[in-house]
Amino acid sequence: MLFKIALKNLIGARLRTFLNVFVTSISFFVILFISGMYDGMRQYAKQTTIDTEIAGGSYWHPNYDPIDPMSFEKSHSKIPIALKKLINLKEAFPILVSQASIYPNGRMMPVTMKGIPPEQSIINMEGNNTDKVNPTKMLANHDEIEIPVLIGSEMAKKTQLKEGDTFIIRWLDSEKAYDAMEGTVMHIMNTENFKLDIGTIWIPIKKAQNMLNMENEATYVTYNEGIEKVKSSGDWLHRDVNYLISDIEAAIEADKPGNQILFFILLCLTAMGIFNAQVLSIFRRGKEIGTLMALGMTRSRVVGLFTLEGALNSFLATIMTVIFFGPILWYFAEKGIPLPMDYSEMGLMIAKRLIPVYSIGLILTTTILIGIVVLLVSYFPSRRISNMNPTDALRGKITT
Amino acid sequence: MNKFFVFLTSLSCIFGESNKLSVYDIVSEMDKNLNSNNRVLISEMIIHGRRKSRTIKSKSWSTGFEKAFTENLSPAREAGTKMLKLKDKLWTYSPQTDRIIQISGHMLRQSINGSDMSYKDMMETRPIREIYHLTLEKSAFINDRDHWVIFMEAKVKGLSYPKRRAWIDKEYFLPIKEERYAKSGKLLKTISMNNIKSVKGRWFPFHYRFKDELKRNSKGTEWIIIDIEFDSEISESRFSKALLRK
Repeated sequence: MLFKIALKNLIGARLRTFLNVFVTSISFFVILFISGMYDGMRQYAKQTTIDTEIAGGSYWHPNYDPIDPMSFEKSHSKIPIALKKLINLKEAFPILVSQASIYPNGRMMPVTMKGIPPEQSIINMEGNNTDKVNPTKMLANHDEIEIPVLIGSEMAKKTQLKEGDTFIIRWLDSEKAYDAMEGTVMHIMNTENFKLDIGTIWIPIKKAQNMLNMENEATYVTYNEGIEKVKSSGDWLHRDVNYLISDIEAAIEADKPGNQILFFILLCLTAMGIFNAQVLSIFRRGKEIGTLMALGMTRSRVVGLFTLEGALNSFLATIMTVIFFGPILWYFAEKGIPLPMDYSEMGLMIAKRLIPVYSIGLILTTTILIGIVVLLVSYFPSRRISNMNPTDALRGKITT
Repeated sequence: MNKFFVFLTSLSCIFGESNKLSVYDIVSEMDKNLNSNNRVLISEMIIHGRRKSRTIKSKSWSTGFEKAFTENLSPAREAGTKMLKLKDKLWTYSPQTDRIIQISGHMLRQSINGSDMSYKDMMETRPIREIYHLTLEKSAFINDRDHWVIFMEAKVKGLSYPKRRAWIDKEYFLPIKEERYAKSGKLLKTISMNNIKSVKGRWFPFHYRFKDELKRNSKGTEWIIIDIEFDSEISESRFSKALLRK
């Protein structure tokens, strides 16, 4: 019965109810949309990193630190036997990392030179969503070329190199002697993983080992998804997917507080609207409250009625969100959101078309959060009713 | 037979001078001219960029091959920057950051102040005859002056330039031109010297030009000696790390 009265009262309030429900549903939509974007970003970055770079995980040389190029000089050695077996089974592949200088168009540029087996198919640096040939394959079968080179599109833009262009590569070998040869751009890959692109050139690993005088050596070994951790990787360190994407997670986490402030402001707006409506209701509906009390409704039930009326706002807001904003959310989830710029230049792994992810957990937590906030702001003003005298209320006098 | 005689005669003409001096003697004489026990010099380094050139004035103190201390005097932005070399170690101090940094590993490959000289270039401390196999290739004229052309190939590991070729003036015993090559034989750097003057009984170049040959359209880096003193007194404390911060 209480529910019926509450619903009738809400419908009777018409525009006021609509506005409250609309504001709540906008908050609902924005919170869902932005959280979904962040989840989408995180999922995209994780999946892209797995597909293009880390696969199932890696084993690193103990001195290797990818963010410290100074460590490259000392981070190479023969591959441990257990890892070598994985490589022979084509479940892993080695990468040899070193520093070099390139001279595209006669200008010097320091780069990270990475040797990779051209025949590997564990990762696809252009992502798994493409039908194109794995770009590392473009490095194979070019014995006539001094150094076949694979670069990313951003690197190509920066160096103004095109496919077929040649440039000088200079490096220090393991004996600290300078050597230089001509590299030829075999392919320019379009990768969304900026770590494989900016400041990096890829060459066949055999060539790199030969150039650097580091036969059969590597800096790290990347293994396929689903492969269990090997028991004896020597002093090489196991790095799982969670470790390898921790920097991406940290970058996204660092951006969260700003959005939490936005969510808080939106919730405050919703709460204020409902709070205001409740206070106004109690002031204007004094005679109704007095009548209900005179007819035998207890104070607590009257408080319950008003709280329920307020709380029904969030329920109606949920329905309104599904009806009005559901198609928009669905459209973005299907088609993605085209972003105005390429964030890879800024060192961020964000898709050019961002697809938000709305998980069940996200929808439930957002619904519960908004429900609780609305319930609280509906309850607090209604408490005044418990102090009312029915005869005063019947006369329309509100006393607290 | 006649052809063989002509060949022998021409060989003796080309290498006639080397009858008295072996290639190792030539390089020893060259080392003697270029190096000394103690040396204090004031110099200017002109770094030619694509758009403009910068000039850095500095004062250097050095003892033998192993100790050197350099302090930049101008421009204001560079003034107070110091560099200390002790054997194979190198430290730099920048007053802006008030920090002493040891330059090691791959950092040695970086250029000094954006010039065509790398830290590694100035870290070569051992006499040439000790680290390179020397071959006297021929004689050649540069600017109407007769030179020995000596090819150097590394005999020890760890040298930045496995191959070098120097044109040594027969009168001055100075490498007027030098080419430094990569392991593959690619020409990486050229160094030329001129404005030769006599200082305390030795010939010494007062103008150097370093050029990274891999950079296209590069005008290189000039190093001009303004004043030089050989065998002057240098206190041992000059080569202490503590002096970098002072």
